[in-house]
Amino acid sequence: MSELTHQQHDHAHGHEHHHDDTEITVFGFWTYLMSDLILFTSLFIAFAVLHPHVADGPSAKDLFGETLDYVLIETFLLLISSFTFGLAMLASYKQKKQQVIGWLIVTFLFGAGFVGMEINEFSHLVHEGYGPDRSAFLSSFFSLVGTHGLHVSSGLIWMTLLIVQISKFGLTTNVTRRLACLSLFWHFLDIVWILVFSVVYLLGVSS
Amino acid sequence: MRKPLLVTLPLLAMAALLTGCGSDIVTFDSKGQIGIEQRDLIILSFALMLLVVIPAIFMTFWFGWKYRESNQEAEYRPNWSHSTKIEVVVWGVPCIIIAILAWVTYVTCHSLDPFKKIESDKPALEVQVIAQPYKWTFIYPEEGIATVNEVYMPVNRPVTFSITSDFSMNAFHIPQLGGMIYAMAGMRSQLNLIANEAGVFNGLSANYAGHGFSRMRFKAHAVSDEEYSAWVRQVKASAGKTLDPATYESLREYALQGVAEAHAADHHESLESAPVQYFPAVAPDLFKYVLDKYMAANHGDHAEHAKAEHAAHEANNAAAHAAAGGH
Amino acid sequence: MDMLLGKLSWAAIPTDPIVLVTMAAMALGGIAVFGALTYFKLWGYLWKEWFTTIDHKKIGIMYVIVSMIMLLRGFADAIMMRLQLALAAGGGEGYLHPQHYDQIFTAHGVIMIFFVAMGLVVALMNIVVPLQIGARDVAFPMLNNVSFWLFVAGAGFVMISLVLGEFAATGWLAYPPLSGIEFSPGVGVDYYIWALQISGLGTLLTGVNFFVTIMKMRAPGMTLMKMPIFTWTALCTAILIIAVFPVLTGTLAMLTADRYLGMHFFTNEAGGSPMLYINLIWTWGHPEVYILVLPAFGVFSEVVATFSRKPLFGYKSMVYATVSITVLSFLVWLHHFFTMGAGPSVNAFFGIMTMVIAIPTGVKIFSWLFTMYKGRIRFTVPMLWTMGFLVTFTIGGMTGVLLAVPPADFVVHNSLFLIAHFHNVIIGGVVFGMFAGLTYWFPKMFGFTLNETWGRRSFWFWLTGFYFAFMPLYVLGFMGMTRRLNTYNNPAWDPYLNVAFFGAVLIALGILCTLIQIAVSIRDRKQNADVTGDPWDGRTLEWATSSPAPYYNFAHTPHVHEIDAFWEDKQAGRAYRKPAGYAPIHMPKNRVEGIVLAFFISAFGFAMVWHIWWLAAGGLLASIATFIALTFNTDVDYHIQPDEVEKVENERYAQLENAKGRG
Repeated sequence: MSELTHQQHDHAHGHEHHHDDTEITVFGFWTYLMSDLILFTSLFIAFAVLHPHVADGPSAKDLFGETLDYVLIETFLLLISSFTFGLAMLASYKQKKQQVIGWLIVTFLFGAGFVGMEINEFSHLVHEGYGPDRSAFLSSFFSLVGTHGLHVSSGLIWMTLLIVQISKFGLTTNVTRRLACLSLFWHFLDIVWILVFSVVYLLGVSS
Repeated sequence: MRKPLLVTLPLLAMAALLTGCGSDIVTFDSKGQIGIEQRDLIILSFALMLLVVIPAIFMTFWFGWKYRESNQEAEYRPNWSHSTKIEVVVWGVPCIIIAILAWVTYVTCHSLDPFKKIESDKPALEVQVIAQPYKWTFIYPEEGIATVNEVYMPVNRPVTFSITSDFSMNAFHIPQLGGMIYAMAGMRSQLNLIANEAGVFNGLSANYAGHGFSRMRFKAHAVSDEEYSAWVRQVKASAGKTLDPATYESLREYALQGVAEAHAADHHESLESAPVQYFPAVAPDLFKYVLDKYMAANHGDHAEHAKAEHAAHEANNAAAHAAAGGH
Repeated sequence: MDMLLGKLSWAAIPTDPIVLVTMAAMALGGIAVFGALTYFKLWGYLWKEWFTTIDHKKIGIMYVIVSMIMLLRGFADAIMMRLQLALAAGGGEGYLHPQHYDQIFTAHGVIMIFFVAMGLVVALMNIVVPLQIGARDVAFPMLNNVSFWLFVAGAGFVMISLVLGEFAATGWLAYPPLSGIEFSPGVGVDYYIWALQISGLGTLLTGVNFFVTIMKMRAPGMTLMKMPIFTWTALCTAILIIAVFPVLTGTLAMLTADRYLGMHFFTNEAGGSPMLYINLIWTWGHPEVYILVLPAFGVFSEVVATFSRKPLFGYKSMVYATVSITVLSFLVWLHHFFTMGAGPSVNAFFGIMTMVIAIPTGVKIFSWLFTMYKGRIRFTVPMLWTMGFLVTFTIGGMTGVLLAVPPADFVVHNSLFLIAHFHNVIIGGVVFGMFAGLTYWFPKMFGFTLNETWGRRSFWFWLTGFYFAFMPLYVLGFMGMTRRLNTYNNPAWDPYLNVAFFGAVLIALGILCTLIQIAVSIRDRKQNADVTGDPWDGRTLEWATSSPAPYYNFAHTPHVHEIDAFWEDKQAGRAYRKPAGYAPIHMPKNRVEGIVLAFFISAFGFAMVWHIWWLAAGGLLASIATFIALTFNTDVDYHIQPDEVEKVENERYAQLENAKGRG
């Protein structure tokens, strides 16, 4: 290949470079999410091993047997928030800045509702003396569900910041890239919640 | 290679030392059937491995020497980097060796399972073992006696050790009789051993359990049936107390890690293993008492444990008072 | 307990005389270094050119420096341990009381694994991989800087524990219940936890960074099966890091929850399961040792090929072997605790899987040997380390397969036989590999080669020292000596422990030779200048650049046609051709956020150790704020203009002409 072609090739590469940036960043973020999945896996493993170890405290059946409806509402809040996030992403592809912000706010409200309900559930349990220090089962329950809740809360903070950045900078390449990453994060947390819901609440109650 | 001596020298020294002190290398001088089988397994694995290791090491020296840059006579093939024949051999031969070793592994995992009772016409002697900070407590449930840091066993009679811990994880190990198993709180592990020759064997904890860990040494005595019975009588006739939960708890030593904590507790480290103690009687279910301290689903034993600790505390206070008053 | 200072008080300063002497030495050393830097007005230079750099080459060099400093501390721990055992015969006290000794062996393991071996592995990946794949930097240069400072923070915690409080006394993996709050109520285990959590986050980010870099930023034409082998091993290591470091994070977090919030993951009571910890920690721990050794294998592949003047034998086979080792490494963790009583079938499965790993490892050994076969071997220092590795690692691998047979392991688990085995493979494999790699790539890093004579001396001291220090330990294992003893009273063990101490002294001399080597090499740097950038007649792309490489690595992204791209270019006469012109190069700017982030995270970690809750909250909030501010920073890149590139490149071509004229 001649040297001149080299140069032209590089210019072309230069342009591609910016597109590659988004692709590379999203790929990197997805890789990080896989590592986050492993983190959750270690908590799931702990839960699987420890959930029969109730010491002198309540079992999963005792705790959730009557209150599955509550968890169902939590699940719907989260699932709906995923849907509204999807609507935000669609708006972003059409460069509709205000719509994006609007749907993100709706997503935030549903997500905050989820977190609020979870905090309520936790404080209720602690008040009754069923805190995480009561037994290994409760330790693993609070940690697994709580870690998911912390992730959702981080997502809410991130969402707020992105709303600010969209208002301030508009739907720039940087901002769109971060939206894509948050989108991955949010849907990922949805999937993890399905696992939590199934393993912790449903299986726990049926055993 | 220019200086192979520098590498072979220490290896030769090792060989010399090895032959000189055969009886100290207890793994190869095992006095029990389990240990003997394990020794044979080690030698077999080693031999199988040498089939690959010796050629590899030899080739390292040979190729290094023959194809050194200054040796212009050696053939130089600058573009040769593939040979199916060699690949087949280097993948295939290790596969075969590992396959053999895998089969041996499978068989011996079952035959040498620590939980497997040793076949014998004599009934197994049961010894219950508790790892405490920083000593071993042995209970002989049949005889109704207990000791600290001393084990007696009749020669040629299988012994089933039931093992637990009352603090951190330990490992119960008598190297000259065979392998070990972990001692864990709330769990009952088992080790089946047999001594086929009389002797006194070192016992230790083989899992680090804190600052007093090095002191967890005991002696295991393999003796004739008569000597064993004599020992049991000796323990029963001794002036010790009954080993009930309170007395048992009073044996417990300071167990915290941390220099600052040791200072605060005014703890002075001893280097001696705890002296041998005899208990002519044992509370029934003492071993179960220790297990139940940690079992997840217990209820009442919490109270029992608290009672025992309280009693031990009182006993210590009374003793201290008496000592002070006596002087 | 104080609201302002938590558990921190004057009592936290140790009073042990040995520690006091160490503190004094550290203080003097620190003052000397800080003083010199201030006197020579180097702070501005250091800040601009090094601390805030996002250049992978400089970050790699900084990793090397920190790792070598930690090697000195870790080795000091080792020689203190050997001296204690040499002196404590007959049940004696030695010179270290148990609570101190137990911290030393814990610190020794933690430092060597996390802050020497990991540091050097990450260092080499940083220095070499982007150059080998024809890239300008890693995928996320800013994150790379963050990873480095998190690494430093972790190392800092281990160092601070020496002068304030104490370190964990639990062994390097801190098994509960010993590491739980009941038996270790002090700050030692907390220092351990936060050091590992903070540096572990840095390592995870490095894993992601290099995975993405290798998958997405290879030069055009460089398919996966045309990558240099070192890059392959770096890729597999990155995958391992991504897959298992989160398990370490999660497990340590559970231990933290037990210690700080009274939870019961691993306690003896209320249903906790220490066995769960052991399973989880080794799920991380076994792949970790492959994270360490695979890049070492990668180094040997490069070194053997270069110094035998032949391509690596069986490239495809080597790739398959590396990938199978990577996959298999997830399936063997239980072999670290056969004696926990999992039962014969479970033990047999894991034992057999462990042996199976020996097969691809053996293939690699023979591939290296057949690379030497019919080659023209130059016994430079890197090649000497390789020869030492080939013999030593083979022996270590053999004892490993022996340990993989569960009933055999029952006899020697946790004994000095085990200690000898893993030092055999870690020193013979990882340490020798890192020394080979550092020597091999040193000219690329600094522009001059290392002194050969002192390099040889270091090698011979390390090699003989290793055998004297660890061969007796194999025998001691068979003599029934368990690990982590601080005293013993079996006179038969004395001579072996004395020989082992002698071996440690030899290794100390080896380290001394390395320090002298560095000093002498710096003194002689003009004579040993690497003017072509290719001092060894290398085969891979990093040798196509100048030494050191320009900050943008390649003026034009190279196009790759085959394996050993640079060698092929040289053979075809395509190397070193001056291009017709240059294009602007897009580069990231230096960033201050990395060191600031690490600073606040350290404040958070330190506060957590000492229960200073207001500082912990503040540190955490400040860290988050820094990260957020980072995302609002838009002034992050610039373009190097063609004339600047041309200037640097012309200097390079002038140098090449000079070298040709001289050569």
